[in-house]
Amino acid sequence: MAYHGHAHHGSVHTGGAHRSHAHETNTGIDNRKLGFWLFIASESIFFACLLVGYLVYKNGYEPGVGPRDLFNIELTTISTFVLLMSSLAMVLGVNAAQRNLGRKARRWVLLTALMGLAFLGFQAYEFTHFYHAGLSLSSSVFGTAFYTLTGFHGAHVAAGVVWLLTLLYHGRGGGLTADKADDVEVAGLYWHFVDIVWIVLFTVLYLLEFVE
Amino acid sequence: MATAAKTLGILPRPNAATGFWSWVATVDHKRIGILYGITAFFFFLVGGIEAWVMRLQLARPGLELVTAKTFNALFTMHATTMIFLGVMPLLAAFMNYLLPLLIGARDVAFPRLNAFSYWIYLFGGIFINVGWLMGTAAGHVPDSGWFGYANLTSVEFSGGLGPDFWTLGLLLLGIGTLVSGFNFIVTILNMRAPGMSLMKMPVFVWTILVTSAIIIFAFPSVTVALIMLMFDRAFAANFFEVAAGGSVVFYQHLFWTFGHPEVYILILPAMGIISEVLPVHARKMLFGYSVMVFSTALIGFMGFTVWSHHMFTVGMGPVVNSIFSLTTMAIAVPTGVKIFNWLSTMWGGQVRFTTAMLFAIGFIACFTIGGLSGFMHASAPSDAQQHDTYFVVAHIHYVLIGGSIFAIFSGIYHWFPKVFGRLLDERLGWWNFWLVFAGFHTFAFPFHFLGLLGMPRRIYTYAAGMGWEFWNLLSTIGVFVLAAGILVFIANVVVTMRKPMDAPSDPWDGRTLEWTLPSPPPVYNFAAVPRVHLRDAFWFHKHPEGKEQALEYGEPDAGPIHLPGQSLMPVLLALGPTVAATGVLFLRLRESFAVGVIVAGFIVTLLALWGWAFEGEGGTLIEPGEGS
Repeated sequence: MAYHGHAHHGSVHTGGAHRSHAHETNTGIDNRKLGFWLFIASESIFFACLLVGYLVYKNGYEPGVGPRDLFNIELTTISTFVLLMSSLAMVLGVNAAQRNLGRKARRWVLLTALMGLAFLGFQAYEFTHFYHAGLSLSSSVFGTAFYTLTGFHGAHVAAGVVWLLTLLYHGRGGGLTADKADDVEVAGLYWHFVDIVWIVLFTVLYLLEFVE
Repeated sequence: MATAAKTLGILPRPNAATGFWSWVATVDHKRIGILYGITAFFFFLVGGIEAWVMRLQLARPGLELVTAKTFNALFTMHATTMIFLGVMPLLAAFMNYLLPLLIGARDVAFPRLNAFSYWIYLFGGIFINVGWLMGTAAGHVPDSGWFGYANLTSVEFSGGLGPDFWTLGLLLLGIGTLVSGFNFIVTILNMRAPGMSLMKMPVFVWTILVTSAIIIFAFPSVTVALIMLMFDRAFAANFFEVAAGGSVVFYQHLFWTFGHPEVYILILPAMGIISEVLPVHARKMLFGYSVMVFSTALIGFMGFTVWSHHMFTVGMGPVVNSIFSLTTMAIAVPTGVKIFNWLSTMWGGQVRFTTAMLFAIGFIACFTIGGLSGFMHASAPSDAQQHDTYFVVAHIHYVLIGGSIFAIFSGIYHWFPKVFGRLLDERLGWWNFWLVFAGFHTFAFPFHFLGLLGMPRRIYTYAAGMGWEFWNLLSTIGVFVLAAGILVFIANVVVTMRKPMDAPSDPWDGRTLEWTLPSPPPVYNFAAVPRVHLRDAFWFHKHPEGKEQALEYGEPDAGPIHLPGQSLMPVLLALGPTVAATGVLFLRLRESFAVGVIVAGFIVTLLALWGWAFEGEGGTLIEPGEGS
């Protein structure tokens, strides 16, 4: 780690010189990135608790509609694919920003946001469909747990879209150039996390439901 | 600061050195620490008054000073206030003020987020107490216990706004706590002075690190529990609606997977304070530093494995009860190790019985008693007898007053000269300690007997002839003595603050970096950031004892020092969620109005976030020697 390195410098060396560089840290990891990894750790527990709630309650729907009556694996597979591809676009956006290809980075970020919006569209369709089929937040504990868990995930995607659109505004002049690469990367960390949560939710809620 | 400082940000931002706005817009960790301290002490007094009213009600059998409903509100708000608005933020005051000084940094990693944590704490604290203005009879004050068990909190059993104030208020407070957790971990991992490796950090810094880790992993589960309660009440969801298949035991699990680690959030920083005070006032290095560090980490980890001991009487079955009995007994080991380390630190030292030291020694004695009664609850069959009796009330007060509060007073007497440039009066301090010590034992020790005599917790009155009269009266008398001790403390602060600022930079012959600075420290903390070679570097700098060079100072920075700029965004960002929470309150009453308020809250939040992002960190430049 970086502070071991410091020990080998000259004997009198003011730390002040080190401090003036915003990016020089003991671990070598940027403060914002480290902070965001911690945020993601905390959010993982948040979703884990909601997921446990779902697993406790998913069979509580009699006499109403249950998961197997409602889930449309084909449709959700498509929306999952869209969200996964948005992560690829995000990676390419971060990469372009780091290579100082500002306008290209901006296009990838825009595509990411659009795919996020498409996912939200699928979710809105799904929620409407389920609601008309008789599942609401109050209809059963299954409904309560399902809408809360997937709704919180959707809210995270929506917040991510707002963030990405804000990034586009941030890069409105010369694009998302290398000096803004850290800003893009932190947004990317969040976006990938929200995607990974969905991979877990898709597997546990939708796929495992049909495992005999 | 204002006159010579140059503003760097894009947008015009506040840059006041004194007056109201300088405090609203501050991002200086020292000022935020002071704000935390004053606010938390106020809430500590509020919680104390609530306790005092309860003790008056219970002084004699059959009293009707307050109604049963008001009594429920009192014990609920007493615990909620003391835990979330009193003790945690009092500890946060120490963390904020001291953490950068202890590691040789100029501020925390995210100064604006630090200010945001404070403001949302203040707003959440006010929010959760608003119900008092509406009276307790209508149920607008939270009165379902500090754990808010479902389904006591359901609309069916609590029709007033009490549980709404409680769940939404705690959600607001939780945001601030989580953000502090992220901030402190990044600060500790990334911003230590050159040479200060992790194992050279003061133990207090280690306890802040572990506490912050507990916070970021424990608060999500209570957040989920509170969201579920809120959804049940506001949107007629079924999480804890038993008729629809909801499980109230699931709520208990979610709550206590947070609730037990929370206990360590309240005590680990207190242990850190004690680990700093004892070596200074015993003039001897802390005994067993690395064991102290590893036992802190072990407690932090094991704190997540014991939650179900709060639920031994729920009926989880013998296997689960046995497992949680064993883990609970095991966690006593690293705690016990610490007690022996502190005793060994004093052993053979030159102990000075300053007020700080008296409170530190008092901590060891009282906390040990609390630990022993805690160990008794670890055994499930034994706990079945003690559950919901005053024996448990005795335990919680021995670890929280005898533990956390004693450590906080110890820390106040120890660091007051550093923060305010004035030494608290030691004679008044002596009275402060002995009145608090005697009052505390007189009021809390009888709880052990009351519990063993079968007095249940949370009853608002009791019949004569149960054998409880004497101990209850004694306990109430103890509260008056304890209150006298707190009044002596307030008097001491008032008297001291009228004196000139003449505290030396190092009044106790300290060991850590904050004592190298003037009292109070300048706004930039360190004119030259030191290079640290040893644990307790400042002590060995003064008393080499054959050690090689302990601490080096370079020349102060040649140019001006860069400091983060003041900002109004933190207070605005804290306001947004508070407004939204206020809207949620009205959902069951006037839906369209409520939705409007919630949307307004979201808009304020979003605008504040954009303002935050686009103003950037900004900053001011200040010449060393100014702004002290």
